[in-house]
Amino acid sequence: MSGQGTGKAHRSRYGRVAPTLTRREFLKDVAATTAVAAGAATLGLLAYSEDPVRREAPVVHRLPDFRVEPSTMHPVLAVVHGTHPEPMVREAIARLGGMGRFVQKGDRVLVKPNVGWDRQPEQAANTNPDVVGAVVRLCREAGASQVWVSDVSLNDPARCFVRSGIQAASQAAGADVRLPGANDFVTTDMGGSLLRVWPVSRFFHEVDKVVNVPIVKHHSLCGCTLAMKNWYGVLGGRRNQLHQDIHTSIVDLAQAVRPTLTVMDAIRVLKRNGPTGGSLGDVAVENTIVAGLDEVAIDAWSLQLLGLTSDKVRYLAMGQERGLGVVDWRSLNWTETQLG
Amino acid sequence: MRVIPQSLRTYRRYWAVFFLALFVFLLVVTDYARIRGWETSLLLELDPLTALGGLLTSGTVYKGLALALVIVVPTLFFGRFFCSWVCPLGIMNQIFSRWFSRRKPLHEQALNAYRPVFRIKYYILVALLVLAAFGSLQVGLLDPIALTYRSFTAGVLPGLDRIGVPVHLHPPVFWGGVLVTLVFGAILVANRLMPRFFCRVLCPLGALLGVLSRRAPFRIQRDVDKCTDCGKCVRHCQGACDPDRELRVAECHVCMNCIEDCPEDALHFGLRRARSSAHKPIDVSRRRVVETAVATAVLFPMLRSSVSANTLPTAPVIRPPGSLAEEEFLGRCIKCAACMRVCPTNVLQPALLEAGLEGIWTPVLVNRIGYCEQYCVACGQVCPTGAIRRIAVAEKAGEPPFQQPIRLGTAFYDHGRCLPWAMHIPCIVCEEMCPTSPKAIWYKVVQLPGRDGKAIELKQPYVEPGLCIGCGICENKCPVEDLPAIRVSSVGETRSTSNQMLLKGSSG
Repeated sequence: MSGQGTGKAHRSRYGRVAPTLTRREFLKDVAATTAVAAGAATLGLLAYSEDPVRREAPVVHRLPDFRVEPSTMHPVLAVVHGTHPEPMVREAIARLGGMGRFVQKGDRVLVKPNVGWDRQPEQAANTNPDVVGAVVRLCREAGASQVWVSDVSLNDPARCFVRSGIQAASQAAGADVRLPGANDFVTTDMGGSLLRVWPVSRFFHEVDKVVNVPIVKHHSLCGCTLAMKNWYGVLGGRRNQLHQDIHTSIVDLAQAVRPTLTVMDAIRVLKRNGPTGGSLGDVAVENTIVAGLDEVAIDAWSLQLLGLTSDKVRYLAMGQERGLGVVDWRSLNWTETQLG
Repeated sequence: MRVIPQSLRTYRRYWAVFFLALFVFLLVVTDYARIRGWETSLLLELDPLTALGGLLTSGTVYKGLALALVIVVPTLFFGRFFCSWVCPLGIMNQIFSRWFSRRKPLHEQALNAYRPVFRIKYYILVALLVLAAFGSLQVGLLDPIALTYRSFTAGVLPGLDRIGVPVHLHPPVFWGGVLVTLVFGAILVANRLMPRFFCRVLCPLGALLGVLSRRAPFRIQRDVDKCTDCGKCVRHCQGACDPDRELRVAECHVCMNCIEDCPEDALHFGLRRARSSAHKPIDVSRRRVVETAVATAVLFPMLRSSVSANTLPTAPVIRPPGSLAEEEFLGRCIKCAACMRVCPTNVLQPALLEAGLEGIWTPVLVNRIGYCEQYCVACGQVCPTGAIRRIAVAEKAGEPPFQQPIRLGTAFYDHGRCLPWAMHIPCIVCEEMCPTSPKAIWYKVVQLPGRDGKAIELKQPYVEPGLCIGCGICENKCPVEDLPAIRVSSVGETRSTSNQMLLKGSSG
C-alpha cells in the first residue's frame, strides 16, 4: 500500500505509529501523484474553451423531391364524381396514367391524410378512411414494399387515428400506421422565406414516395384548408406560430414537400366551423375526388366547394409565383368524370 | 408424473408473483390504446380501506368497491394474508428487504422482532377514519395501493421513458411529481433500516386488516412441547409478529416463512391444538385510541377553516369532466392517479396546495401541459371511487338526451398578451382549435392603424361564455408559450352551483 508503508504499523502508548518510509515507497508515491497531476493538466488544456458550453453543429437534413417525371400523355388534374369512394379513387388515378406511373415495385410509400382531430368520419374533420384505404390498396397493387400512413395530429394521435377510422382502414388495406413520438422529429431545412429550420417527422425522410390525401375543409384564418395546408402535418415544434403569416407558411411548406401525387377527398366537405367542425350540420356531401400532380390547381379547383374564389385565397397566387403550380386550372390538361 | 410437494410458502410466492404481475399489467393497460375492457382499477377496488373510507365520507360502497369483501371475509378467518400475498407495495417491500438483507442470522432475528413502534399504524388508521367520518378522505395518502399506483404513474413509468424504455408515445410530466416519487423511494429505502418498515410501522391498511384478523380461527400455531426456543422462525418473519413467543396475530402476514424455517416441525397454520401457545392481542391501549380520535376531531374544524377550493371557488382548481362537487369530490378521491395515468393529453396533474391541504395529489387540469379532449371520458371510466363519475360521451358533449355539455370552466383573454389584441399580429390559433360547434371562440374583423399609420386588417378573438366548455385546448395551443394569452379558470363549471358568473340559467 503506497503511502501507508509496506511494513507493519506498531502500537505505542500514544496510538498507532506508521512504519518508516522506504525509498521505494517514496518513489511510488511521487510517481502516482505526478501522473495524476499530468493527467489533470492535460485534461484542463484539452478541454479549455472560450465558450461556456461545448456545442456541436446540428445535423440539418433536407426533404427529397418525391415527384416523378411529368408526362404530356396524361392529364394533370382528374375530377371524379360518384357514390363509392374506392372506385372513384381508382378511376381518378387511372385517368392520371395509373398508380404504376407513380409507385415502382419495392418503393416505400408514405400516405399523408389529414388526421388532425379526434373526430369520426361523418364529421368530416379528417380525410375519409375509405379514400385512404383505396390509396393504400393502389400503392400495394403497384408493388410498394411498404405503405406507411402517418400524420402529426393536433389532438391526441392515438385517439385521432382510431376514431377517424383511418387506422382500421389503413391496416385492412395493408399499411402500417406510424404515430410520431417525441423523438421522431429531425431537424430539417425547409428552405422557405419564413420557414427555415424546423423539426420534421422522420417518417417523411425515410420513404421513396409521398401521397398527399387531404380533405376539403373551411378554415377561419385563411378561408380553407386543402392540399397545400395539409403539409402542416409534417411539422413538430411550435407550429402554432405559423398563423402569424399563414399564407407564406403554406407556400413555404408546399415548396419544401413536393409529393408524388395528391388525392383530394371531397366526399364529405366541412363547410363551416372548420377545421374542427363537430356538428353534422357543418358537413355537406359532395361525393367528389380530385387527383392530380399540381397542388395549386387542385386547391384552386376545390375552392368552389367552399363558395370561395381564388382571389380570396392569397396563398394560391403566391404559390403560382413561386412556380408551385397554376391557379387557373382550366388552362391545364384536366378531365371530369361521372361514375354511375 | 412425480408430484412435487408444495409448501404453503411456495403457494404464497406464486400468488405474490401473480399479483405483482397483475398490478403491472393493469397499470400498463390503463391507456387509451390498450384499455379495451380491462377492469384496470381491480386492485384499487379490492382495497378495504378505500371502501371503508368512502363509506364513512359518503355513505355508500361505490360499484366495484364491494369487491373489498373478497379481501375482508377471508381476512376475518385466515388473518392478514393480503399484505404478503396480494399487496403490490408489500411484495415490493419484501423484495427490497431481501436485497438489503444483512444476511447474518442474528442480525435478521433482531430486525424481525416485534417493536412497540409498530403501534403507530393503528393510530394513523384511527386518525384517517375519524377524518373520514367528518367527511375528509385522506386514506389515499398512505393507502399502499393508491400510493403505489400514484408513484408508478407520476414517477416510475415516466422515468422508464427517460432511460429509453418506451412506455408512452409522448413521455408525460407531472406537477410536483418528484414529491410523489421521493415518498415512494423513501418507503423502499426504509427497508434498509428495518425489513418492511412501511408495512409494520405506517401502513393504515395493514392496521385495518390487523384489526379484522383479531379473532381469526386459522393462524400460525406453535406447539410449546415441540418448540426448543431456537428462534429460527423469527429470521424470515415478515410481519415481525413473534412466532417464537406468544404470536401477535394482528401483525402476522401469514407469510408461512416460520413454518418452513422451523427445524422441529413445531409450527403449523390452522386451528389451535392441545399444546398450542397462547397469542397476544393488539398492542394498543384503548386510552391512546380515544386520545388520537379526540385529537383528530379537534383538528378537523380548524382544518376546514382554512381557504381551500371547498370553501372558496379557486381559479386553477379545474376538475376532470364528470367530477362531483368539490365537497363530495374530496370525500371520494383517494389520490390514486389512475385518471392521470389514462389521460391521453397529460392535462390531469396531481395538485399540490392549489385545492387546499386536503386536496393534495387530487387531479386538476393544467392546460399548459395538456387539455381535455372533447370526446374523451377515460378518467371517469378508470376512477375506482366515483369521485369522477363514469359518464358517457353523449353526457360530456351534451348530445341528446342531455341538454348541455359538461363545462369544466371558462376561457378568458388576456388582452395584454394576445397577439391580435396587443401587438396587431394575426393569430387566432385558439379559434382554429376550439372544438365546439358553433365555436365558443369567435372574432371580429377590424381595421386598425399600425405604428406607421397604415391600416392593418385583423381578426380579434372573443369568448362566448355560454358555448365555452372550458376544455383548455385554446390555452394549450396558444403560441404565447409561458403564460398563454387565453386561460381557463374554473368559473362556470357544471359541478358547482356557486362558482358561476352568468345570470342566465342561474339559481342564485
